[in-house]
Amino acid sequence: MREIEAALITEAVKKITMEAGVRLEPDILEGLVSARDSETSGLAKNILELLLVNADIAAREKIPVCQDTGVAVVFIELGQDVHINGDLGEAVQQGIQAGYQEGYLRKSVCDPITRVNTGTNTPAVIHIELVPGEQIRIIVLPKGCGSENMSGLTMLPPSSGISGMKDFVVRQVVNAGPNPCPPLLIGVGMGGTFEKAALLAKKALIRPLGKHHSRPDVAALEEEILTRINEQGQGVQGLGGNNTALAVHIDLFPSHIASLPVAVNIQCHAHRHKEIVL
Amino acid sequence: MSLPNPPAMMDQLQEVKIPFAAGVVESLQAGDLISLTGTLFTGRDQTHRRMMALLDEGADLPVDLAGQLLYYVGPSPARPGQVIGAAGPTTSYRMDVYTPRLLDLGLMATMGKGSRSQTVREAMVRHKAIYLAAFGGAGALLSKCIVEAEVVAFADAGPEALFKFSVQRFPAVVINDVHGRDYYEMVKSGKDAPR
Repeated sequence: MREIEAALITEAVKKITMEAGVRLEPDILEGLVSARDSETSGLAKNILELLLVNADIAAREKIPVCQDTGVAVVFIELGQDVHINGDLGEAVQQGIQAGYQEGYLRKSVCDPITRVNTGTNTPAVIHIELVPGEQIRIIVLPKGCGSENMSGLTMLPPSSGISGMKDFVVRQVVNAGPNPCPPLLIGVGMGGTFEKAALLAKKALIRPLGKHHSRPDVAALEEEILTRINEQGQGVQGLGGNNTALAVHIDLFPSHIASLPVAVNIQCHAHRHKEIVL
Repeated sequence: MSLPNPPAMMDQLQEVKIPFAAGVVESLQAGDLISLTGTLFTGRDQTHRRMMALLDEGADLPVDLAGQLLYYVGPSPARPGQVIGAAGPTTSYRMDVYTPRLLDLGLMATMGKGSRSQTVREAMVRHKAIYLAAFGGAGALLSKCIVEAEVVAFADAGPEALFKFSVQRFPAVVINDVHGRDYYEMVKSGKDAPR
């Protein structure tokens, strides 16, 4: 049994929250560079270059990459042989609050009825999973809601099959048009139940950009859907070109024999995510 | 990894002064790449709800929007020494329900990202108003084009306050022109000139 002080978790969450807001991870920067290099539209190529300049300014001057610094989604993989001295949930919320305050990140969380801002960007949405071992892995995903709002979930009849699933994903992205700030990352959750599909789609976003699913048939689907999306020609910012999406990440879970849930979680190019292992 | 220099595009934009001089709005065409210099006002969801509440009460808006450009943005807080934090566009369709009423009051242009509703597009044609898209997700870079920022109203709404910005060479794309054309639709239907 390993003991970890809750204060250590607060400090770690604060640190990665502040970094995530201003610094794109190498996988996203590489994705934007390769999109720029493969782009056929002159305007889109210029905009992709501008987005790389934006990332550079953000990191150097600690200005958020995007003013929508998101609702904080926190994934925690908690080793079952860890004992936390203190309240884990509270420790994470305090880390988020401090990170947004000290990092000059925008507080965007409000009451869903009164729309009054909580003023702290808390509560964060926390997902905790118990895993073997005595480490804690924490991932902070500040999720912008221009893209989140374009996400969707459907409960397909199994007779729709793979082709129904592909059509739903492509339609969801096409209907979103320029709203979610393409080029996009598309997280797809397939199977499980209503809530499981949504969570799979969200979690698929934190896979390194463009890293395919380990199952070859799923990897082929990711590639096929990406190609279909990019053939639509909406392009960067909806202004045309061949880079509407940078990648499609699909995750699976077995479903009921009556059911085929499909969730599509849309993420913008300002895909901020940061991980720490304690 | 080496990062590129600022795109050459930034030096090739058509310069436009705001508020607009007579005839300028009418001359802009869907698809034009422009850079804005002058003053504008900002507002997003809560800003609009509060403006509508004032109008419902028969009160005046905190600023006269006639002839002005309203930019949909909720900036992140400025660090000490900065004018403003990141300040890129937010998605415009959420303001669609409020926009015709502001166009009725003489608002001449709006700027955000993403498509507008048919109702807003028709109102823009009626009022000879235009809609611009700023580059979404470029909030750090765009903050460099904002040289002054001042809260004019609704300060307690934080990022949703109504700001007055002075901007210099702020880049944007004309999406909807006074002739009823929509650049996103033109791109989708392949009717735009290749760029």
